[in-house]
Amino acid sequence: MAEFWTIYAWPTLWIIIKILFIVVPLLIAVAYLTYAERKVIGFMQLRMGPNVVGPFGLLQPFADGLKLMAKEAIIPTRSNRVVFLLAPMLTFTLGLIGWAVIPVADGWVLSDINVGILYLFAVSSLGVYGIIMAGWASNSIYPFLGALRSAAQMVSYEVSIGFVIVTVLLATGSLNLSDIVLAQQGLWFFIPLFPMFVIFFISGLAETNRAPFDLPEAEAELVSGYNVEYSAMAFALFFLGEYANMILMSAMTVILFLGGWLPPFDIAPFNWLPGIIWFSLKVSFVLFVFLWVRATLPRYRYDQLMRLGWKVFLPFSLLWVVVTAGAIVAFDWFPT
Amino acid sequence: MAFLDRTARGLLMVEIVRGMWLTLRYFFKGKVTLNYPYEKGPLSPRFRGEHVLRRYPNGEERCIACKLCEAICPAQAITIEAEPREDGSRRTTRYDIDMTKCIYCGYCQEACPVDAIVEGPNFEFATETREELMYNKDKLLENGDRWETEVAAALAADAPYR
Repeated sequence: MAEFWTIYAWPTLWIIIKILFIVVPLLIAVAYLTYAERKVIGFMQLRMGPNVVGPFGLLQPFADGLKLMAKEAIIPTRSNRVVFLLAPMLTFTLGLIGWAVIPVADGWVLSDINVGILYLFAVSSLGVYGIIMAGWASNSIYPFLGALRSAAQMVSYEVSIGFVIVTVLLATGSLNLSDIVLAQQGLWFFIPLFPMFVIFFISGLAETNRAPFDLPEAEAELVSGYNVEYSAMAFALFFLGEYANMILMSAMTVILFLGGWLPPFDIAPFNWLPGIIWFSLKVSFVLFVFLWVRATLPRYRYDQLMRLGWKVFLPFSLLWVVVTAGAIVAFDWFPT
Repeated sequence: MAFLDRTARGLLMVEIVRGMWLTLRYFFKGKVTLNYPYEKGPLSPRFRGEHVLRRYPNGEERCIACKLCEAICPAQAITIEAEPREDGSRRTTRYDIDMTKCIYCGYCQEACPVDAIVEGPNFEFATETREELMYNKDKLLENGDRWETEVAAALAADAPYR
């Protein structure tokens, strides 16, 4: 009996506690990301944004959440019930499980697997399933079109994301996310690999279906895309999943290019702050740029989006993989 | 050369960076939001809001039941019935405005020879039921008493242009 406790029960409990320590702050971050989005876009349009519910409108996300919980969940009669309800759950789950391998500070990671980057890549690619299932199960025209667009878009941009990741891997020589961060001590990768950084960021916008690539939910043409038929908590799960994905993509950007939890300079005033703070600050900054881009740029036309993905990013990132590999071989910069 | 120029601009995302810089500047600019129920924008003296029926300073109602407003009202929102009062003066016994019909054109106040019916500056008179928007004479006179200061000031401010 004692064995049962030491070998199974306590470790399981400990993992569950760790998961809660990741998921709860993440959900709060998602809630405040929606608030930050409205505030940032409002400020850029010379408005105030939400400022009525609580001080500076800080309770607005909870008011919105309560509203969505109190609403009636409508399931269209012609829909496929099981898939229809499974889709938001899948999106939400996939938005969360990516965080299992994200090192938020030195050693602060739920599972330090040594193919972490592949895991992240796989999880972010799976995200398209939630959207496709939603579009198909709704049995309605707009969601279906939105889902098709989303699928094509995510597949196209994953290709260039893949090549960007390859360049980073060439420069680190490891697939473990903690090692990737530690390889950036002294010089964050966004400086030597700046073009790749930009491509990764833009592809990240496309991958998370954010403006200016938010064609799957282009409200002007598709009403609201794949989630037209959803309401109440099912819709809320989509919303949470989408924003969790944004945060995940920002965390990936930070880990691959902005030095993860490392302070900008390893000298006195900077390395006083713990790694988690630096990590959150960097993620917040990347998220701010996500919102900033949304407030600035108009939506791409679909053929422009495809052209950018296949005819600009793909050849360019491929070229840069060759250049990086060539430079590493030519100057003997092999990562140790 | 033009091709090179265009390609370089495209690759360096000159236009996008410029746009982003503009929105960033706006981010730090002062905000133009009016915190509505607590702050309100300025109103022209000619603003045509909720109707009021005015009185003379001695308390006598101005309306002489000439029915010009009823005649000119394009939405036929005004209903007037009149008969002589005990002292022989002509007064309305009924003066109703259906605020759901009214289009706030201001013809009634233009037609009025004694400035009795005026569209005041109040625009916050939403109600929870439709019936509350069927105004009768009592309601209009009460409005007149409540808004007299503002209405008189607005009429005085606009008088030089008429």
